[in-house]
Amino acid sequence: MQIFSCPFCGPRPEYEFHFGGDLGNHRPEGPEVSAEVWAQYLHFRNNPKGASEEIWLHMTCGEIFALQRDTLTMEAAPGQALTAAEGRP
Amino acid sequence: MTRHYSALSLVKEGLNNQKGWVRAWESRAPKPRYDVVIIGGGGHGLATAYYLARTHGITNVAVIEKGWLGGGNTGRNTTVVRSNYFFPESVRLYDMALKLYEGLSRELNYNIMLSQRGMISLAHTPAEMEMSARVVNAMQINGTDAELFGPEDVRRVLPIYNFSDKARYPALGGVWQGRSGTARHDAVAWGYARAASRLGVDILQQCEVQDFLIEGGRCRGVVTSRGTIRADRVGMAVAGHSSQMAARAGFRLPVVSYALQACVSEPVKPVLDTIVLSPGAGTYASQSDKGEMVVGGGLDRIPSYGQRGNLPVLETVLSGLVEMFPAFRQLRLMRQWAGIVDVVPDSSPILGESPLPGLFLNCGWGTGGFKAIPAGGTLLAHLLATGTHHDISRPFDLDRFATGRLIDEAAGSGIAH
Amino acid sequence: MTARRLPRGGEIDRTRPLRFTFDGQAVSGFHGDTLASALLASGQPVLGRSFKYRRPRGLFGAGVEEPNIYADVTGDGQFRPNQRVTTEPAIEGLDLRAVNASPTARNDRTGFIDLCARFIPSGFYYKTFMWPDWHLFEPRIRAMAGLGRVETGQTGPSGDQINHFCDVVVVGAGPVGIAAALALARRGDEVMLVDEGSRIGGSLLYRDARIDGVPGADWLPAASAELAALGVRVLTRTTAFGIYDHGLIALNQRREAGRPDTLWRVRPDRIVLAAGAIERPLPFAQNDLPGILSAQAGLAYLRRFAVLPGARLVIATNNSTGAEVAGAMAAAGASVTLIDRRPQATGPDTVDLRAGRSLRRAFGRGQVTGVELDDGTRLDCDGVLVSGGFTASIHLFAQARGKLAWDDRRLTFLPGAEVPGLTVIGAAAGHFTLADGLAALPAALGLSSAPVAESAPYDITPAWPEPGRKDRVWVDYQHDVTAKDVELAARENFVSVEHLKRYTTLGMATDQGKTSNLNGLALMGQITGRTIPEVGTTTYRPPFTPVPYASFAGPRGASRMNPVRRLALETQHRAAGAVLAEYGGWLRPVHYGRDETAILTEARMARQAVGLFDASPLGKIEVIGPDAAEFLDFIYYNTMSTVKSGHCRYGFILSESGVVFDDGVLVRLDVDRFVVSCSSSHTAGVHALLEEWRQDRFPRKAIFIHNATAETATITVSGPRARDTIVAAGIAADLSDAAFPHMTSRWLAAEALRLTRVSFTGDRSYEISVRQDRAAALWDRLAEAAARHGGGPAGIEAIMILRAEKGFIVIGKDSDGMTRPMDLGVSGPLRTKKAEFIGRRSLFQDEAQRPDRNQLVGLLPADGQGLLPVGGHGLDLSGPVPRSIGYITSSSPGAAVDHPVALGLIERGASRHGEEIVIQHLGQRRRARICAPCFLDPKGDRLNA
Repeated sequence: MQIFSCPFCGPRPEYEFHFGGDLGNHRPEGPEVSAEVWAQYLHFRNNPKGASEEIWLHMTCGEIFALQRDTLTMEAAPGQALTAAEGRP
Repeated sequence: MTRHYSALSLVKEGLNNQKGWVRAWESRAPKPRYDVVIIGGGGHGLATAYYLARTHGITNVAVIEKGWLGGGNTGRNTTVVRSNYFFPESVRLYDMALKLYEGLSRELNYNIMLSQRGMISLAHTPAEMEMSARVVNAMQINGTDAELFGPEDVRRVLPIYNFSDKARYPALGGVWQGRSGTARHDAVAWGYARAASRLGVDILQQCEVQDFLIEGGRCRGVVTSRGTIRADRVGMAVAGHSSQMAARAGFRLPVVSYALQACVSEPVKPVLDTIVLSPGAGTYASQSDKGEMVVGGGLDRIPSYGQRGNLPVLETVLSGLVEMFPAFRQLRLMRQWAGIVDVVPDSSPILGESPLPGLFLNCGWGTGGFKAIPAGGTLLAHLLATGTHHDISRPFDLDRFATGRLIDEAAGSGIAH
Repeated sequence: MTARRLPRGGEIDRTRPLRFTFDGQAVSGFHGDTLASALLASGQPVLGRSFKYRRPRGLFGAGVEEPNIYADVTGDGQFRPNQRVTTEPAIEGLDLRAVNASPTARNDRTGFIDLCARFIPSGFYYKTFMWPDWHLFEPRIRAMAGLGRVETGQTGPSGDQINHFCDVVVVGAGPVGIAAALALARRGDEVMLVDEGSRIGGSLLYRDARIDGVPGADWLPAASAELAALGVRVLTRTTAFGIYDHGLIALNQRREAGRPDTLWRVRPDRIVLAAGAIERPLPFAQNDLPGILSAQAGLAYLRRFAVLPGARLVIATNNSTGAEVAGAMAAAGASVTLIDRRPQATGPDTVDLRAGRSLRRAFGRGQVTGVELDDGTRLDCDGVLVSGGFTASIHLFAQARGKLAWDDRRLTFLPGAEVPGLTVIGAAAGHFTLADGLAALPAALGLSSAPVAESAPYDITPAWPEPGRKDRVWVDYQHDVTAKDVELAARENFVSVEHLKRYTTLGMATDQGKTSNLNGLALMGQITGRTIPEVGTTTYRPPFTPVPYASFAGPRGASRMNPVRRLALETQHRAAGAVLAEYGGWLRPVHYGRDETAILTEARMARQAVGLFDASPLGKIEVIGPDAAEFLDFIYYNTMSTVKSGHCRYGFILSESGVVFDDGVLVRLDVDRFVVSCSSSHTAGVHALLEEWRQDRFPRKAIFIHNATAETATITVSGPRARDTIVAAGIAADLSDAAFPHMTSRWLAAEALRLTRVSFTGDRSYEISVRQDRAAALWDRLAEAAARHGGGPAGIEAIMILRAEKGFIVIGKDSDGMTRPMDLGVSGPLRTKKAEFIGRRSLFQDEAQRPDRNQLVGLLPADGQGLLPVGGHGLDLSGPVPRSIGYITSSSPGAAVDHPVALGLIERGASRHGEEIVIQHLGQRRRARICAPCFLDPKGDRLNA
């Protein structure tokens, strides 16, 4: 049982969380988005072995946050609110 | 020296104190150049080498393995082989594999112990029964064997199932494929390795690919822990680590690596004769010839390269199993492990030339790579030998992610792709 | 063998005799015995059979390391297969059956297999049974394999599970583990001390020791009392079997008297591993004969259970621990020869010491009767106690990703680099004497002092199996892996330690190679010219010892497993005679009559008069705030910002890949307040999707999302008498079509309910949403009113008939994971919508624009037969082989129309109305005609009828 730390709720068990993809996978927009660029956004992933920057959803409170994690050792830093991680409002 | 395997050779070598058996495969030093280099000494890589030599006559081939043969997912799965798929593209692919498996022991002169015990994918609700009918019809139209089972059929093949009124997962029926079965996973790797080695393929264990040799925008070989090896074409079949290899070649893949767990119980006398899958309970199981209950389930839903089990998924899987088979409360878990699988958005494999010309992909098999080994090997060998797709591999090219033409079996076959 | 019970001594209570049976023979023992100690005392040497060759076997160990003797145990209120007799207490009345033996371990009719051993070496099955086919041979091999059996008529109890937090878990309650637990508890830590034995003490229970000048037997009770006084939680019969991610340690606590085992999930700040060490066998020919025991096990049987393993004993060792065992056996009355491989060895005067000598072979049929030394000397004996050195129990350290280091002096792998939060002490850390173990404690745990003991130094000389021997030396007892098998593996190039394991099955038995692995890989190293660390170990995996499935399942099962969600109105439905079943995770009324004929009756009633339908599972997610309209324009495929307050609009939500994820009606309550309604099984998914995009893309403080599904009950009143029913129920509102047209919504403050005119049937319908605790009273009023107008409650299957003949789809049933909105006939927004929305770019992919897509159609039987089969496929028979062109998704007998109708997804379906196609279902073919997916009232007149 892994423990992740939601920026809103604190440490909680892994089954309350849902993986949301790579941090910084920004949505390409506009009429000129090529099929390749769209496919990269939609399907292609960094999938690093070791240090990983990810988006996670805490399903119980609904918070979506950034998580720095190691995909080999499973060490996980406390989650960071997206507003802080990406400077969002 | 005894090279051929048979009952007779066992008697001969029994009288000879086993002194005459030759190496199953040779361990040679790497050559500086091969026609084809295959990265990954698992089932898919070894099968690719075998079919390159056997079908295409290309024997100047090296299989490069960073650890030991069959040490990845080939040796970590639950040994199920089946072709109960929905889309014609999938059925063609997996039925090709199943047909090759059916003749493989004799072809390789290595008993892979293909045991076609049949597999039932259970339906627990009327809606799941409708979905089962949709799948059975698709399978029949696509030319593979399938039957729609009703409750009485389930009773016949699973007499110890939980048929009580209180059962959380009543068995209304499901999809039956009689040709599904299990095969001894290590034997598949070893059998292909032995056959490939005899055809002249070099098998290089403890040899890690550190980089690709790229000249003129084309892959010209690999840099390994045992030196640089040049090759006209390079294939990769490194399930679980496909993204890592791709990163070295300079591109990304639509792949996320997850741990898939499996476990075995202490051995018991035969009590479960078929393979049973319940998408609802999140569990599948079969009993090995040795008597162990071989049990698997869904992915650990946390991207991972750590090849180890975890409690939450194990608890889900085993609670599902004992709900389906209450007598299994008597069993005890003996060993638990995990493999790292490539999970692709549509859960179908990726076969074809990579964005780096000269480098060909065999990846993305998700949780179902083992059953596809003979087909994955045949198709990657075809790509490496001809530079073009086999008809069966064409739909599985990487380009489907840009066109959107995904082959998403999720509706068809539940958790067990 | 003349093992016998001594008249005095041991932990057993001679005032409490007991009896159980083994293979039908009575065995007597005493309270305090293990099954093994009572069996050993019975003098019966053959207690089991090996897995492959069916060799007769006796006990080797006295604890979890036991490779040989397992039994199916009936009694104590349950049936338990594959019980390790060395760790199970003897209980009056148990019935034991040796596993893998038929009819008994002593007279096993398959014992002849050993005579064929030379023809069936490791991996023989890979080399034969290929012709004509494996299937011909498999059933007999399958029947031979397996150990115990499953009693299919019995279930066994559910498992217990406990979560626990503390400062420290100490694994192993030997003297060093106890000393550590005491020291940490004195310091104020909350400590848990666990041990797999039936009592704490470890080696103090049978070895000579003096701690702080006091005999071990006196030190232990004092320590035990202090543990209790300090509040240390002590769990015996508890095995720490796994360390998992983020420092979780899992314990298996075995209970008695039919109580199920308990699974403890403990999350301590620190784990102290004092798991001890396991003694290795010595390699000599026939070293698996019954009567050959581990020396430490022999000593434990003598001191703890007063069982002397033989009258004429040979003690064979390669290390300094043999002398103590030899002395103890002699003191108990045995005639003892001590064969110590170390030339400088010394021993007590009471034994015949042969220093510098080792065993070459053992003799005997079914039990050891003599041995031959390496100098050719032969000795008669009735028991052999062997010690090949000790393997530190570092399994948990390795599970915690600890790296192992080979120790050439102590001949074992030991913990290498430190693992944070994990400290290894005692024999597990290579301190094979008590003095060393205690002396190392202060440094390991940061203590100022620790108890002191005096011990002779530990000394060992290698005694690994050697290649090239003609006779059979066992490496893995249970799986019958001999030194020759390891040689065969090497000859055939299975030289990697993992290949060795898998090819020979070394270490894969139920004991997981606790006594065998190191001997096997040492031999492989010798054969291949590698050192032991170069060969390396296989991966250590949980569990350390087998753990019941029931423990992992815990209380989950039946209705406590993935529990279904229950409706607030369930009581009302049951009172009305509803048959309930699970739909999308909810327990919902299927129909209200006794049998399925009620379905069509209810559907017709709703068409002709009025039906009441519990729509509570329908998702209701409120979206509130100044940016809500803009937000919903992005969420939906359809433009939603133009919906007027008090009005509704039907729309699709797509995934980013352009697939229809859900559909439903959006209600705009006010300029900045909306309710998203969604399919019952998609509510959680839609909620997550809304949150994801709100937080990712919009100013969080301008939008608020609240999932109101659970707190709201929804009753749908549908049919030509729907309005009359609501009026009759006394709900006061102006329901005239002018004041309250279709696709509008309003809040009725007096009734505290929201009334929305939407229709999933094609008839005039009102959806009433109310706080769920008020739903029962409202339902009763409506049911009474409906009855007065010729209507009543209708189950979900009736509604499915009504919506199917109207051509209303259910996402996930009438669509699949590839369906784009255009395939459902809705392409307007793609052409005209200005605002960005989820999945837009994907709708321009080649795949989405392909002309031969599967599209929603209606289907009618064209062969005069009944219902079209759901799941039947359309066929294209123009090519060389039949090809699927889509399938039937819904089928219905029709309530208002007088013929069966169906919906399906058919290739190019939208342009094929009127065409006949072949449908295949379970091998049968039928004909169907494609039509528009609406069979009733295409103009929508019934909405206002």
